[in-house]
Parts: sequence; structure tokens; C-alpha cells
Amino acid sequence: MAEKPKVAFYWCASCGGCDETVVDLAEAVLDVVAAVDIVFWPVAMDFKRKDVEAMPDDAILATFVNGAIRTTEQEEMAHLLRRKSKLLLAFGSCSHLGGIPGLANLFDRESILQAVYCESPSTVNEEGVLPSVRHNDNGHSVELPGFYETVRTLGQVVDVDFYIPGCPPTARILRTALQTLLGGELPPKGTVLAPDYALCEECPRKDSKPVNLSISQFKRPQEVLIDEEKCLLTQGLLCMGPATRGGCEAPCVQGNMPCTGCCGPTSRVRDQGGKILSSLASLLESKEEGEIDQALATIPDPAGSFYRYGLPSSLLRRRKLPDSNLEPPKVR
Amino acid sequence: MPDAMPNSSHAVPPRVEPQTFEPRIVAFFCNWCTYLAADLAGTSRMKYSPNVRVVRVMCSGRVDPQFVLDAFAHGADGVLIGGCHPGDCHYQEGNYKALRRYRLLKRMLRQMGIEEDRIRLEWISASEAERFRWVMNDMVEHVRVLGPLRLQPDEEVFAEEEVAV
Repeated sequence: MAEKPKVAFYWCASCGGCDETVVDLAEAVLDVVAAVDIVFWPVAMDFKRKDVEAMPDDAILATFVNGAIRTTEQEEMAHLLRRKSKLLLAFGSCSHLGGIPGLANLFDRESILQAVYCESPSTVNEEGVLPSVRHNDNGHSVELPGFYETVRTLGQVVDVDFYIPGCPPTARILRTALQTLLGGELPPKGTVLAPDYALCEECPRKDSKPVNLSISQFKRPQEVLIDEEKCLLTQGLLCMGPATRGGCEAPCVQGNMPCTGCCGPTSRVRDQGGKILSSLASLLESKEEGEIDQALATIPDPAGSFYRYGLPSSLLRRRKLPDSNLEPPKVR
Repeated sequence: MPDAMPNSSHAVPPRVEPQTFEPRIVAFFCNWCTYLAADLAGTSRMKYSPNVRVVRVMCSGRVDPQFVLDAFAHGADGVLIGGCHPGDCHYQEGNYKALRRYRLLKRMLRQMGIEEDRIRLEWISASEAERFRWVMNDMVEHVRVLGPLRLQPDEEVFAEEEVAV
């Protein structure tokens, strides 16, 4: 019997939801297991890094990496898995675009460490001890991975063959992607394995979106009783649908919540946040500066809303660091 | 130093000593007004700061916020958008769209650590060559005071980080 193709899964800066998606394949996961050999999957199976290191280069057919790159260890693993795999796939928003962890790019490393290890209400750390790469105690020394100032996407660290979008990718997106990969002819390198149209195209409320849509102010979901049939934008909700790739079949909208943009932009848009900003602002009714500002004030956090999943892959990539941070040392 | 223009919300910055930093300003000018004002300033042989790289667009409403972000990401120290006065848009509504986007973009850029004075929207009609000259000089002086943008990170910084590990 011919050897089955080898597949690996790995996680970096992520929540584990993407691994959950693999399990969400339900019965189909049995077909996957029957078709391939899973040789590395830290969340579910007991293989170690040294097992991967022992493999010959290109031994793995496809590795699915979820999570953004924040630490030196994640970067090393990305390089290692790239070397051992014929195909490397960025799996889910964090490795595709930076994801929720990418919002850390609105801050710098020092303020993140301060917030987490000193200032958070539940923390007791009177001596202000912060993690460091090396620590010596009574002749014993321990090491931790270094923590980067800036969160990066997988594609900004290593060469990536394909991207699977979503936070997490829906089972349908994953299933279709797997069929594409196992089906023989591969799409061009760098393809996002999902349809290339905006979410509005497949939105169940599409027909209720008027041709000339205008908005006087934006409302947050908790501030309004949401009509379950009408286009969410016409109700003043900040829906990322117009600037977000479809393929997920709009589960959020079906759950009566606006799209938050996890699938990223379509191939014709470079910067998802810039595009939704353009779209939403032009829908406003007012022509007078003061009124415009008042209406826009109902979007309390533009950067966090428009780049919720994509700050590291945006044109600016992060908040500008103070000039003093631009000098070394870079890694704590 | 540019002279103060009446009815301007921009205070004239204090004079700075001559230095080597020359701001790079990317400007998007509407074909029907500000671009013509630039033309008039040119044919009138007015002198103004040479720091502005002009991109002609058909309307200020054509300026996608991505253009502005891209300019900053590629090394612009400031971005200037020039459009028709309210009510004068060749396409009726384009300049209002530009104004709305600009107000929101300015807020978002502030969150990204980019100072307010680095982005500016000005209404300059085809006949306002003098106002055009003043805006050019004023913008350059404001950005000169702020200094170079120095956006990070880039690949070199990460290469340095790896060495530091």
C-alpha cells in the first residue's frame, strides 16, 4: 500500500479556535484521517518538535499553521515547518492577517508588559518583575522565547503557499480548501482559498439593502433592537460586509450580528480598514463638518473596528512607535 | 515663513532653524480646481515650497483612503488633498464624500500615532493661486516642525531583532 500523504497542524499566537474547526469537520474528519497521516498536531497529538526536526526536508505534504507571529519561538517553528513542508498554509485570520492578537500593534512591547504583569487589577507584582529571555537562580538557568515589539502575519515571516481565511475558518471553507488541495491541480501560489467577492453578495439580507443608502449615525449592537430581516447597515450598524471577503455564508448576520471582517479583504482591496472607512464615511448624510464629526463620533474606535482582524497586514502595519523605541534592544 | 492667512484654523508654527530635513508631501489635487490653481500659480511665476509631489485626480472624492495610507507607508511625511469649495464640485457631491472620509481618516490616523498636521484637506478653487501658494508653504512648514514620520517596522528592523536575540 502506498504511503499516505503527511499533514501537520501547528499553532502560534492564537486562541485554539482554528484547531476546533478541524474537529468541526465532524464525520468528514474521518475521511481526512483516512486520506492522510497527521504527523504533528500539538493541541491533539503527542509529537514533539524533535520529531519534526528529524524528518527530511519537504517530508510533509501540507502544514496548516494558525496564529500570528509574536515570539522568537513562533518564528523558529514557522521556519522549521516551512523547511519540512511542500505546502505551507496560513490557516485562519491570525496567520492570514494578524487576527485579534494583531491588535497589540496599537501598543508597544513595554506598555503591553506593564499592563499584563504590573497594572492589571488581578496582578500582585510589587517588585515589578517582567519576563526576560534568560533567568539565573542558584546556578539553574531558564529561558523563555523573546517577545517581539510587533505582531506579524505568517506570510510576513515565511513564504506561504495558500491562505485559508476566517476566525475561525468555517467547516465549509476548510472542506472546500481540502478538496482543492487533494484534488490535483493547485491554484496559483498565494491564493486565498475562498470565494473572491464581498460578503454582501451572499448575505441573506442583500435584497433589503437600498440602492441609495444613507446613514445619520452609527449604533452599536447593544444600543438598538435589531430587525432580523433588514440590511444591518440601513439600521445604522457598523457592518464590515462591504469590505470583507465572503465564503463564510454570513453566520454572524444570520445570528443577527454585524460582520466584523474576519475573512479579510477581497483580492482587489489592499487595505480592508481603509476601504470600509471609505465606504462608511461616504454613506453619511451630513455635509457640514460639525455634524459629520458628531455622526462619526458614534464610531468610538475606528482603528480597532476597521482592523479588528487585519492590523499587521494593513498598509501601516502598526501604530507608529515613539522614535526612541526604534533603537535596539528590540527583544526582551 | 509663510504669512498668516485670515480665517484659517491652522496656527502658523514657530520658525525653525534651517536643517537638512526636507518634508516629502504627497498631494492629491482635483482636476477641476486645485490642480488648475497650481497651474495658475505656475504661469503667474509664484514661488512656493518644492516639497510637494502632486497626483492629479478627477475629483477629491476619488481619493481612496488607501491612497493616503499607501503614501504614508511608502515614506510620505505628509499628505495634502485639494478639492473644490463646498457646493462647487464638478460632480456635485464628491468633495463632501472627501470631507467625510477625511474627518474619519484623521481620527484613525491619530490612533495609529500619525500627527494631525500630517494630513490636510483644503478647498482651493481654480482662481485661488495665492491661496494655493500659501497652503503649500504652510503645510510644508507644519510638517517640517513635526520632523520625518519614520514609520516602522520594516524588514531591516526585524533583521536587527533577530541578531539581538
